[in-house]
Amino acid sequence: MWLLLKYTLLYASVLALVALGGMFSERSGIINIALEGIMVIGGLMGVVMINILNAAGVPAALGVILTILAAGLAGMAYSSLLAFSAVNLKADQTIGGTALNLLATALAVVIAKRINGSDSPKISYNSTTNKALCNLDFSFQVGKLTLNWFIVVAVVALFAAWFVLYRTRFGMRLMSCGEHPQAADSVGINVYKMRWCGVLISGVLGGIGGMAYIVPAVGDWNFEIGVAGMGFLALAVMIFGQWKPAGIAAAALFFAVFRAMANIFDSIAFLNAMNWPKEIYNMMPFIASMVVLAFTSRNSRAPKAEGVPYDKGSR
Amino acid sequence: MADYVIEMLNITKEFPGIKANDDVTLQLKRGEIHALLGENGAGKSTLMSVLFGLYQPEKGIIKKDGKEVHINNPNDATALRIGMVHQHFKLVECFTVLDNIILGAEPMNGVVVNRASARKRVLELSDRYGLKVDPDALVEDISVGMQQRVEILKMLYRDNEILIFDEPTAVLTPQEIDELMEIMKGFKAEGKSILFITHKLAEIKAVADRCSVLRKGKYMGTVEVADTSVEEMSRLMVGRDVELVSTKGESAPGDVILKVENLTVPSKTSKKDAVKSASLEVRAGEIVCLAGIEGNGQTEFVHALTGLEKPSAGAVTLLGRDITHAPIRQRSKLGMSHIPEDRHKHGLVLDYPLEYNMVLQRYWEKGFQTGGFLKSRAIRSYSDRLIEQYDVRSGQGSVTIARSMSGGNQQKAIVAREIDKDPQLLIAVQPTRGLDVGAIEYIHKQIIAQRDAGKAVLLVSLELDEVMNLSDRILVMYEGEIVGEFDPKTTDTQTLGLYMAGAKRMDKEG
Repeated sequence: MWLLLKYTLLYASVLALVALGGMFSERSGIINIALEGIMVIGGLMGVVMINILNAAGVPAALGVILTILAAGLAGMAYSSLLAFSAVNLKADQTIGGTALNLLATALAVVIAKRINGSDSPKISYNSTTNKALCNLDFSFQVGKLTLNWFIVVAVVALFAAWFVLYRTRFGMRLMSCGEHPQAADSVGINVYKMRWCGVLISGVLGGIGGMAYIVPAVGDWNFEIGVAGMGFLALAVMIFGQWKPAGIAAAALFFAVFRAMANIFDSIAFLNAMNWPKEIYNMMPFIASMVVLAFTSRNSRAPKAEGVPYDKGSR
Repeated sequence: MADYVIEMLNITKEFPGIKANDDVTLQLKRGEIHALLGENGAGKSTLMSVLFGLYQPEKGIIKKDGKEVHINNPNDATALRIGMVHQHFKLVECFTVLDNIILGAEPMNGVVVNRASARKRVLELSDRYGLKVDPDALVEDISVGMQQRVEILKMLYRDNEILIFDEPTAVLTPQEIDELMEIMKGFKAEGKSILFITHKLAEIKAVADRCSVLRKGKYMGTVEVADTSVEEMSRLMVGRDVELVSTKGESAPGDVILKVENLTVPSKTSKKDAVKSASLEVRAGEIVCLAGIEGNGQTEFVHALTGLEKPSAGAVTLLGRDITHAPIRQRSKLGMSHIPEDRHKHGLVLDYPLEYNMVLQRYWEKGFQTGGFLKSRAIRSYSDRLIEQYDVRSGQGSVTIARSMSGGNQQKAIVAREIDKDPQLLIAVQPTRGLDVGAIEYIHKQIIAQRDAGKAVLLVSLELDEVMNLSDRILVMYEGEIVGEFDPKTTDTQTLGLYMAGAKRMDKEG
């Protein structure tokens, strides 16, 4: 049971972080389908930084903070490509995002192989290879339950997102750009700037989310598989959560239970007894997302102006 | 020297292929209501957008209190205390009234938006000017009239002293228009200066002190409203004498052509029905007009008649045949013609040439195809004939891409296509929306000619002048129900307005 809770919280934190990122972007009016790619880049940067800081011998606590920051910054840098194409070049956001997804995995594999100096796209950061800083430093125990620092980050991000969106001037202006950019413009809000902000925030959260998926769970990662569709699952979480922090928190937990089952079904007696192949459990969250969205998306209310490039001069 | 608060001198603003403003001058005195008159496309909105900082002019200067200023964006305009109620409201629908008013000028308490103080101030302003709003309601839930009050409060909240109203009356009922006029007079009494854009002469007569006229982007002059007749102003606006009222003879209604019984149509956006058990009849040789404020179910009602939406209950009978669930082509073959409300969405394939658009409902007929192959020559000659006969003007005739044509000529093309089909029933929805006076005159004549030829006409219009002018019978629709039936000869716009706003209703007979 503790194991199920551990993995549920782990995956919920990943989904919540990335979905919150998607929310900031879409609330500003930019569809961010590139979350998957942003996660890959953030995750890659995270593990590379772990190994660099490990070699430098920094204390574990500082290492944890620095690597998470690095993952966020890498995601932000990568998302700036989306912001530039969608805001400045007024390109189709779905196509731009898809291109970034394709690029990210390819880029990650090339970089991973270059770092290894071999043909293996796998990077290790576990306690056998790393002495000063390894994946275990990101987790801590509370009684019988294993938690990790990304869960703390996700919880903080959820509350912060709610506060920013509904209590601050920035949030109010951001949302107005995703709903009715002409109205925002007419009261002197710089729509281009707000949309850049929205996308960059999604890059930070997506990057951290990518690292949160890879690092606490395992000690090495094969970048050929990217982040295995978690970015798309996060999009489903964002839609199911109705672009709202509280909704996203609930939706993230819901999908995370399914995802966690894939990891631990063999230690739950009655699931193991059914003798289903592992693939069924791997498919579960995606099937759940299809079923849930098929029934709920009719009533979902996306930001009105999302996906439409804003052109000041158009009549 | 006169005390001008705003001067726009020799403004020229070009868009690709069109000079929207050509050397236009506008001088606004302090404390006056100044009307800006012109047809659609005369450049009124463009000029105001220049003043509000949404567009930058190529030439010309703007002076505030005699000093030259540069207005590069709406922030600059706000700093100069210029405010604007846009023709299409600029409100965020899922925000509350309060949030919409303060957006862009939020009072802060540290990093938090201070909604409590904003709310106090909004309620104060709302009380003082009699602009009743509910600060906590979502904009998507409130009436168009209240949305306009929100827009006005936005200006007051920012302490604006120059208020621009861009066609504010287009969306209001006659009663709401009267209220708005009183509010405008109140602002004037307080020393605020008002620019009032319109193409309705009666409203100018009612409130304005002076009136500047634009025609095709050019400045035609400024007149004192009190010394100028309505006819003179309309001549300045159009450049020739216009029949403001179309003349038509008595109607001679014949057999029932269209019969609608208890039609109910579900709404796409809410759980309520858009049309609730509406019934009507249209006879041969009469024009029946469905009047009402936008969004009261007229659109859905017509969609159900024409087959664009499915009704959930009720029956539609055309020439004695039940067409409630008939496909669109069958309705068309039976003799239904439809001039749709949204000419871009339902009227034309914008990226097709004009000739293909002319045969959209007929390309499958023997004359236009054999064995599945289009007969280009027959289509071309048919299209050429319609263009000639209905005076549709376009760059390259039949091969012109529909998108590149002006709105008026797009509409004329649709009218030509629908009327030339020789229908038994013509359904015309907002046939003159956004057209200039000349084109309106032409389309009105065509509609009356159809009636006189013994066709049944169902007209849906939001313009009360058009309703009074054209119809033989008026039905008012409010919240999806038909709440009254009138004879245009024995009623007036004030009465219609009460029914349109839901303040009064006739009890159903039987």
